[in-house]
Amino acid sequence: MKSKIVVVLFFIFAILHHDVWNWDNKTLWFGFLPVGLGYHVIYSLVAGLFWYLVSRFAWPHATEAWAENGPGE
Amino acid sequence: MTTFYILVGYLSLLIGLGVVSNRFFKGTSADFFVVSRSVGSFLLLMSIFGTTMTGFAIVGSTAKSYTNGIGVYGLMASWSGLLHSAVFFAVGIKLWAAGKRYGYLTQCEYFRDRFESDRLGYVLFPILVLLVIPYLLVGVIAAGKFIQPTTAGLFPDVFPMPNLPNGNPHPLNGGIPPAVGGGVVCLIVLFYVFFGGLRGAVWANTFQTIVFMGTGVIAFFMISKNLGGLKEATEAVAASEFGSARLGREDMMGKLQFLSYCFVPLSVGMFPHLFQHWLTAKSAKSFKLTVVAFPIFIMIVWLPCVLIGIWAAGYLGPLDPGQSPNSVLGRMVGQLVQSPVLTGLVGAGVLAAIMSSLDSQFMCLGTMFTTDIVMKKYGADRFTDGQKIWIARGFILFIVGATYLLALALQDSAHVFDLGVWCFSGFAGLFPLVFASVYWKRVTLAGAYACIISTAISWGYLFYRDILAVKPEGAGGDEMLVFGMMPVAIIIAISTVSLVVVSLLTKKPSEAIIRKFFV
Repeated sequence: MKSKIVVVLFFIFAILHHDVWNWDNKTLWFGFLPVGLGYHVIYSLVAGLFWYLVSRFAWPHATEAWAENGPGE
Repeated sequence: MTTFYILVGYLSLLIGLGVVSNRFFKGTSADFFVVSRSVGSFLLLMSIFGTTMTGFAIVGSTAKSYTNGIGVYGLMASWSGLLHSAVFFAVGIKLWAAGKRYGYLTQCEYFRDRFESDRLGYVLFPILVLLVIPYLLVGVIAAGKFIQPTTAGLFPDVFPMPNLPNGNPHPLNGGIPPAVGGGVVCLIVLFYVFFGGLRGAVWANTFQTIVFMGTGVIAFFMISKNLGGLKEATEAVAASEFGSARLGREDMMGKLQFLSYCFVPLSVGMFPHLFQHWLTAKSAKSFKLTVVAFPIFIMIVWLPCVLIGIWAAGYLGPLDPGQSPNSVLGRMVGQLVQSPVLTGLVGAGVLAAIMSSLDSQFMCLGTMFTTDIVMKKYGADRFTDGQKIWIARGFILFIVGATYLLALALQDSAHVFDLGVWCFSGFAGLFPLVFASVYWKRVTLAGAYACIISTAISWGYLFYRDILAVKPEGAGGDEMLVFGMMPVAIIIAISTVSLVVVSLLTKKPSEAIIRKFFV
């Protein structure tokens, strides 16, 4: 269930990458940061947060245990 | 000479790292090839980040932003931030687990076992090597070409250049020529990889990642200060006829092009050098920091470079014919900061980004040759650990030499840097194979061959159209697009359909193999 939620959120987040509404918006945030660039900087920060939450709540413990309990090298 | 001394000091530090990492070498092949699978979170993050970011991340990102504006960040940096982490999380951890459980050292070993076919390894090996070599060439040529202008004027008696036809002195007069600069870079990477194995590469990558991240940020603040501040620098772009369009994306890139760039970062799933780095992880938990920090690290490197690129559009205006956008970062540092110390630091940063990719690539080719060809043919038990290490070192030596000679032959070819982009497309075309191998129980050996062959054919055709075919007068220069999309989108679509259709039409894999690879 958790992995399905992660996949759905991932695709929603990927769709949000295509910010056509900023395509020709040259407004400057804080007087120096074009809005189309600022949006994607925030996108990068939220991506880090997204992966933090995924690591926290949907970590593949089964895969980890499978690796550790193998026949070894 | 200050700039030169900083570069020499930086390269000397790398040699020192090679010596120290050799002291920690345990003498076993597992230690030489995968650092005894002992790398923790921080070193894994730094080594993977250093390996993934090439010289393009600093010089190329500035140049591309100068040419195409702020959209370059979304095109490359924010897509990579999301998708690199996705690949590390969804594919990297699974491959690490299989590697840990069954003792793999290379991708070919994994695919041979997963699809129960030795022959598949012999088909994949040359394809992977052929895709890595142009990537290596780009690094060696870029290093040589970067060192020459950085050291111009320092050694006029040793490296004289004839005057220009108009009688003016050559701007590169006295600079260390690419043949020497590229050769020195090759020798230093060879030194620490040869003696330190992958541990040497991991340590050097960590140090080099700190250097290129730090120098980028320093250059950014120095340049913005000398443009009058952040606001003044961007306002000058908005007021400039040439620069203002670069504050948006209209006329700078297509919407489908922007969207289809999402396929390029998938290449990290099939990079053989990244596969080897994944195997060095001490535990699956070592991946956590990499997965979380990657988007933020990419932002730290790319945001300053993209802003410098658009500021350059306002400050420098259009370039004269024959001038390359790749010179933009150097010109901004040279004209605005005029500090030999900063020039040296930025130079060290660029070399750091280049070398931190070269070392892992050299190392992985040595490992692949030893494991996938020599040990496969003659049997792993026939060689002692010491012999395996020397076989790998011998092949690394051969590859470094061959790469250097090829770089000398091709350094003036107009298309060498395009090859780097095509390498990414080739690896990305093979991504469906690795993804299906860890998630789809129904994928078959025939499906794997169909994926590899269809990638090779579609990649080869599009590569021919873009690089080799004679183009009409006046054409060229722009990125090749197919139906407005990046060619990689077409390659991945074809390879995915081939893999799925052929797998469904052929006999299911055995229950034993499914039990072996699926939790």
